[in-house]
Parts: sequence; structure tokens; C-alpha cells
Amino acid sequence: MKEQLTSLWQRLFGDSVRAFGVVSLIFLGSLAIAPAKNFFSEWRHYQRGYLKMVRNRSDANTLQRHFHGGIQQIWLPELGVVDRCTSCHVGLKESSLTDVPVQPYRTHPVIPHKLDQFGCTMCHRGQGAATTVSEAHSSTLAWEQPILPAKYIESSCGECHRAPLPGTPQLNQGRSLLSREGCVHCHTVKLSDGSVMKATDDPPSLSHIADKTTREWIFAWLKDPQAYATTSTMPNFKLSDDDARDISAFLIANSTPVPGDTATLSAKASPDPAAGTSLYGESFCASCHAVQNAAGNMVGGDVGPELTRVGSKVKPEWLQAWLRNPRAYDPGTAMPHYRFNDSQVATLSGFLSTKTDSDLLANVHLADATPEQVAHGKRLVADYGCASCHEIAGIKKPENFAPELSRIGSKPVTQLVFLPGMQHTLPDYIATKIKQPRSFGQGLKMPQYTFTPAQIDSLTTSLLSLNERSNTLPPSLEVAATPESDYQPAGKAGKLMTDLACFSCHRINGHGGDMAPDLTWEGSSVQRAWLVDFLKNPGTLRPALIRRMPRFNLTDGEVNELTDYIMTVYQSPAVDRDSMPLSGYSQGQVELGRQLFYGKYACQGCHIVDSKTDKGYIGPTLTQVGSRLTAAWIYQWMKNPQALRPGTTEPNRAMGDEDAQALTAFLISQKGGAKKEVAKK
Amino acid sequence: MTHVQSTIHVGTGAFARPAEQSSAAVPRSMRYGFLLAAAILLSTSCSHQHTTSSEPKPTAFGAAIVESSGGKQVGQTGGLLPQPVVVQVNDAQGTAVAGALVEFSAAPDVVFDPANALTDSSGQVTTNVPLGGMAGRYQLVASTSDKSHKKVELKIEEIALGYQQTLGRRLNDQYCERCHNPESTVERVSNYDNLEVKPHPFTDGDTLNKISDADLTAIISHGGPALNKSALMPAWGNTLSKSDIQALISYIRAISDPPSRNAGPVYAKN
Repeated sequence: MKEQLTSLWQRLFGDSVRAFGVVSLIFLGSLAIAPAKNFFSEWRHYQRGYLKMVRNRSDANTLQRHFHGGIQQIWLPELGVVDRCTSCHVGLKESSLTDVPVQPYRTHPVIPHKLDQFGCTMCHRGQGAATTVSEAHSSTLAWEQPILPAKYIESSCGECHRAPLPGTPQLNQGRSLLSREGCVHCHTVKLSDGSVMKATDDPPSLSHIADKTTREWIFAWLKDPQAYATTSTMPNFKLSDDDARDISAFLIANSTPVPGDTATLSAKASPDPAAGTSLYGESFCASCHAVQNAAGNMVGGDVGPELTRVGSKVKPEWLQAWLRNPRAYDPGTAMPHYRFNDSQVATLSGFLSTKTDSDLLANVHLADATPEQVAHGKRLVADYGCASCHEIAGIKKPENFAPELSRIGSKPVTQLVFLPGMQHTLPDYIATKIKQPRSFGQGLKMPQYTFTPAQIDSLTTSLLSLNERSNTLPPSLEVAATPESDYQPAGKAGKLMTDLACFSCHRINGHGGDMAPDLTWEGSSVQRAWLVDFLKNPGTLRPALIRRMPRFNLTDGEVNELTDYIMTVYQSPAVDRDSMPLSGYSQGQVELGRQLFYGKYACQGCHIVDSKTDKGYIGPTLTQVGSRLTAAWIYQWMKNPQALRPGTTEPNRAMGDEDAQALTAFLISQKGGAKKEVAKK
Repeated sequence: MTHVQSTIHVGTGAFARPAEQSSAAVPRSMRYGFLLAAAILLSTSCSHQHTTSSEPKPTAFGAAIVESSGGKQVGQTGGLLPQPVVVQVNDAQGTAVAGALVEFSAAPDVVFDPANALTDSSGQVTTNVPLGGMAGRYQLVASTSDKSHKKVELKIEEIALGYQQTLGRRLNDQYCERCHNPESTVERVSNYDNLEVKPHPFTDGDTLNKISDADLTAIISHGGPALNKSALMPAWGNTLSKSDIQALISYIRAISDPPSRNAGPVYAKN
């Protein structure tokens, strides 16, 4: 062995010439390492693979002509983008490569942006400048920006786009959940324009809670809010029995009666279930409130709280006072002031009081509270930050109660504490934190929510969009949201509209709900007599609608007040109400309109004019449209419906004047009842 | 060749690379050459770890596996399917079997939660499924073993929509679905039955696959009469933009059953 080594040494370095030769060879060899590394680099491999794949395709010539070898780079200095991804992802811009199953050669799916103008890492994250797969896609010691998993990709849209986009349902849902589920009560989210994200839920004030419910119910509710109402958004704080006992003791002791008092009621609750069911139906309570039916399905809207077990919660006298005038207890409530009479209040409260669940409070037995318990309860209320969401007399809303989330999407992984077995990525951390906040340690305050897996993904998406870039984006690149309108109608009519909570369902000038039609141009649209009639006795205009306008027992004075205001103020500049007559169209025009309606434009597909033959379920029923709408509105609507009501389903048929005139004549002749025959000729 | 494979474990553990491309790792192996021995050791120990992932022990065995719900859903790329996938294990007589092990598998970027579980008392297993990052059809496989340890498989297909198709779906919901979808829900009553000439549901691949993109564009823009069809289909060309119509067509192509020619590949287990 030793001899062999010696002879090898002798053969290689035996004399100076040999030694020089061998050392030169080694030197040359080492010089070749760098070019070899370059030659065998990953991106060259992928480019060779691409050319090989392309060779056998029918469009090989085009693809080869488009191909440029070498490192490719998209450089966008104003965005800070240096992306070399296209060195390996060669086929992104080739529209014919959609049949290639996997990257790196497949066409990029259609998006509204151009790759050359946006690069790749703007949306996908990762390291744009890297030229190996692992460095570009994974986080490494030097770079901490892994590729964003596909399920959160919409978060990148949200960095620049502040308003909801039609193509990003997940981001939109996440953002709305942040506001609607009350996340932003505790967590501050500052947006780049300096505004703060506002909560859109309206947690009830607890200052007068003893009027409304019992200590036993509060206890049961605190222990498990979803046991009372499965749709409740109140999270579970996992309180011990003692803590729930003390908090309930404090809330009751702290409560003061509502001024104006609830006790002086003449009517007794009437336990007539049939009358109650029908009044509940007639008043369209289900447009806003849900009740779980026998099959376990929720029936009704989600504007107001679920009422499945409301009889186990509220005190009968409070319920009666609430039904009489909800604004006396909560001036900001979304519930309309229905103007029920005494017997209606009695019937409805009797009906709602029967919606009980005997299991809910069966095991709740609370002894009278001691002052120590009340004091402890007050400390707990402060500790858990109850006043972040609820108004509680004597307790200030805490500032910065929970960590600010304005830049959570850029939080370095090194600053996070992961659970064993978790993937060490930011999206996973956020998702797990939302899913099981208390799993990260004992004594954490964030409560347990009841989000579905899809909601957690949405929330994570919206949180990832709050990052360094979204906060530092040049204003020129930002696509701002339309600022929230705080429109309020003025005067007596304005007060009346607030009292009737019109804005809980209707939108006017950008403010209000989206359950019912936008009323911004209502004054141009409808005839005065119809509106008076409708407010007194609202019917439905659409055959297949389940959410409807309730009837308020308005006085004639109130109806006139509202009608005058709507007819005067809610006028569209595009429609001159008096420019076209409501009668006097020639029979020929009406007949032409009829032919256009049933023939060329086939309006009967969506609308009903003759209830015997037409069946269209989509648009409003038009049997009495001549008594409802103004001729000028119909005419303008024919010419361009979206101009009057953006986003309306009716297609714009780009009608000529003659067709629009004729259809207006035909529709105006539809007065309903006997007059319809005249129109028929 | 062993040399090459071992470096993949060291270098790119996190990123799944197609096997045929592994020769690209040759130059990297020079860098990692001194790690060769360690890498081989690692690779062997890794493969051991993989096989011992926690898998519940079945207490019973079925003879067949059937879909209870959750097939043929339409989701978004990377997103959760709207409903979980539920499968049921039955014995030879068709009675549900509790305690049988069901395993789910699919293309590598489809993650099941859970990926395997024992059937509950009604013989069912429920799993939440986020689809992969590519738009297209995904084949999910649910399998269980029978008494003789033979695999019984059930194949379920789901659809993932990309950006453009998601946009198309939104337009469909707003403008098209009330007539083109014969099924009613409480919130959305279908107008299908009211129409004298029945529209084609967008899943009706037998009909729609035969209509070219150009013809579909013409019908949507100019209405039914453009192709001698019913005037009940109005012209949408002044309401929807060109890209809106493209988005709608890409959505229609994506959900068609049987699949259209342009539906793209089916992503399945390798």
C-alpha cells in the first residue's frame, strides 16, 4: 500500500517537469469548474427541456422563434421587481401551451395584468433574482420570502386594490369578515390612506342589560354563545364557571334602567300561536331574522340576531317595549320602528316568547352575587377587553388591546413562535392562530371563534394583503376604494327614514344596505300616487322574491312627508319626469310596442305583462307598470338601464328612439285591472 | 446515478421536481459531493420516516366504497371546495361498515384534511379538500382495503377555476344563471321552467362543446337570433365587455360535462 502511494507520487511529482505538468493540469481543471457550473445550471437544463418538448409540436416554428436563451429578467425599478423567473418558466406567454400539464412550461392563466409590466413576485412572492428552483421558491437563510401558496394568491391583488374586485371573492370575503366578525374592534388595522378599518357589526351595549335579560342567561351565553344561537358571532372565551358567574354578576350590578322605562305596559302577551305566526310572516321579520326550523336549517336573513331561542333570553316586558319602539333602547339599531299597535305587540311578543329551549338554562343555578364576585367580574371584564366591542357603563374602551395587524403580512418568520408539527410559514401561522388561538399558550386572551375552514382561508388571505408593500405603495399605483358614504337625509323626512331604518335594506347615494332596491333616483322613477299607495301597503314587484318590504303602520301625514321628500330630492339629472306624457300615445305606437315586447326583444322571458300567458320570473311584474313608473324613466331605461342603475341585470339593448318610444307607449298602457283591456285594443 | 438521486434529497427537499429532470442536479452534486455519504444515509432514513406516518388501524373491512356527496364540485384554484367530500364504505351486502380505513390521494398539491381516517358509525368519512394551484379538473381517489387486503378505489372528479373562470362564474351568477340553471334554491328561484324555449344548462357539454367559441361569442353578444335561435336569449354585447364574454366562455368550458376539448388536463395522482 505504502509502496504504491510512493510510486504514484514519484510518477506524478517525481521531477520538476512532471510536477509542473500535473499542477498545470489541476489548475486548468479548476479553471473549468465555473464554466461547467454555468453550463450545467438548472435554468439551462429547463431551457433545453423546453426546446426538446417544443420540437415535436405542430407549432414548433413559432415557439422556437419566440424563444430567447440565457437568463431572462423582468426589471421594474418603480416596483422593486427583479424577476428572473422567466428563465425557467419559458412558456408563460405562449398562448398555445395551455395543454402542457405542469409548470415550468405551461402558459400563464389569463389575468388582467401583463407579465412584462408586473413581473412574477408581485403576485407570487418568492425570490425574483434567484436562478435556482430552491432559492427562488423556498425561504432560505439569506432570503425570507417563500412562494405564496396558490390558495392565498388573491392577497397580492389586495396590496394595490383597496376596493372589492369581481375576480377576488376570497379576498373580498376575508376583508368583509375582518369588519363583520369584529376582528378590528380589538386589532387595529391602519390602511395606507391613513384611515382605520371600521367594524361593521354592532355589538349591543351592555349598560342596560338587566332590563333585557337575566343573569342566568348571561352565564349560559358566556359559557357557550353558540349553544344559544348557532349563527352567533360572539366568540367563546372558554371561561370557568366561577369567571362566568362573576362577569354575569358584574354586568347585572352595573346595569342601569333605560330612561323612559319599560314596565308601564297595558298589553298582556297574547299566546295565540296562529296569529303570531301570521303577524311574524306579514311583518317580514324573516327578511332580517333567522329561525332554525325542525330540519335544522336556518330560515331567514342575517341582518338581525337569530331568534330560535329568543324566548329563553329576553324578558317579556323588555320584548314588548322593544317591539313598540326599538330605538328607545338602542338608538342606533338596524331594526325599524314598526308602529305596532298594542294588540300586535301582544301577539308578536307572545309568539316570540314561545321560542324557548328548556335545556339552555336547566343547569344554571346562581346564588346571589357577593360584592367580591362583582369586583372580580369587573376585573375580568377589563382583562378580557369586553369593552372593546360592547359599550359598558363605567369601563373605557381599551386602546390597542390586541396587536396591530396593519403589516401582519410581512411579519418575519423569525419573530413567530410555532407549535410543534406546524409548517414554519407565515400563512400557516396566521391560519392556525385564527383557528385555535389558545393553542399557542395558556393565558392567551384571544377567544375561540367558529369560523369555517373556508372563512379561515379568506381571513388569512386578507391579512396577508396587509404588508410592507401595501403600506408603502406609491399613491400612483394604488387603486383606491370609493370612500364609505355617510349620507343622511335631512329634515323631518330624514328623521322618519332613520326611524323606519330604511337604510338597513335600501341604499341611497352610496349609503345603506343591499337587500332592497337602490332608491337614489326613486323620485324620477315612480309616480307619486303609486308611491303613496306602496308606502301604505307595500306589495312585491317580483314574483319569486322571499325578502320583502314590511308594512309599517304609517299615518297619512308620515306617508305624505316621505313621498314629498322622495319625489323632490331623489331625482336623476338624466331623467326629466315631465318631458313625456303618461297618456296620449297612439294605438299604432302601443301595438308596435307590443310586437317589439313579445317579438324582437322577447321581454316576456323575464317579465310578466299578461299574467295569463307570461311567466317571466326575473324582472319586476309589469301588469301595472303604467301606474307605477314615469314614461320618461321607462324611455331612458330602454335606452340604457345600467346608466340609471349600475349593475342591474336587464341587458342594454341599445335601442333606437323609435323602438324605445313604442315600448314606452306599450308599457305605459299597462295600468292593471280594467284599463289593461283598452291597451289590448 | 445514486449520486444524482441523493442530492435531490439534500438540495431541494421542499420542492417536488419531476423525476425526469433530476439530471439537472449533476452540477449541484459537485458542490455537495463531499456530502455524498451523509446524503445517502439521509435519504434512506427519510424514506423510513415517510412510511411510518400516523395511520389509524382499521377495525373492519368493507367490500366497496361509494360517494355520498361532494363530487363534481366547482372550486377555485388552491381554494377549499365549497362542501367537504364524503365517501361511504359498504360491505358486500351494501350495508355501511364502521371502522374501515379510507385513504385519499390526488395530484401532489391537493391536500386532504384528513388524508386518512376510519369510517364513522354510519360508515362515512368526511374530508375537506383544497384543490391544487392549476385550473382544471382534479381526480381524487378514495381507497379502502377489503378483507383480503386488496385495494378498492373510488374516483371522484372536481373542477378548479382559475382567475378568468372565477370572473366568468360571477357574471354567470349575475346575468345568466336564473335562466340557464334549471335548479332553484330558496334564495334564487329558477326561471328555466317559465321559458318556452329551454336554454342549455352550462354543464350540458353534449350541446355546448359542439358550439365554437366564435359562435358562443356571437350568441352572447347579439342574442339568440344571431344564430337562428330563440329571441328569448337577449343580446348582451352592450352590457358585457369583450373580456367579460371571454371570461364567461372560459367558465362554460371549464364546467362542461362531458369535458370540452379546451378543458385542459386532468390532474391525478402520479
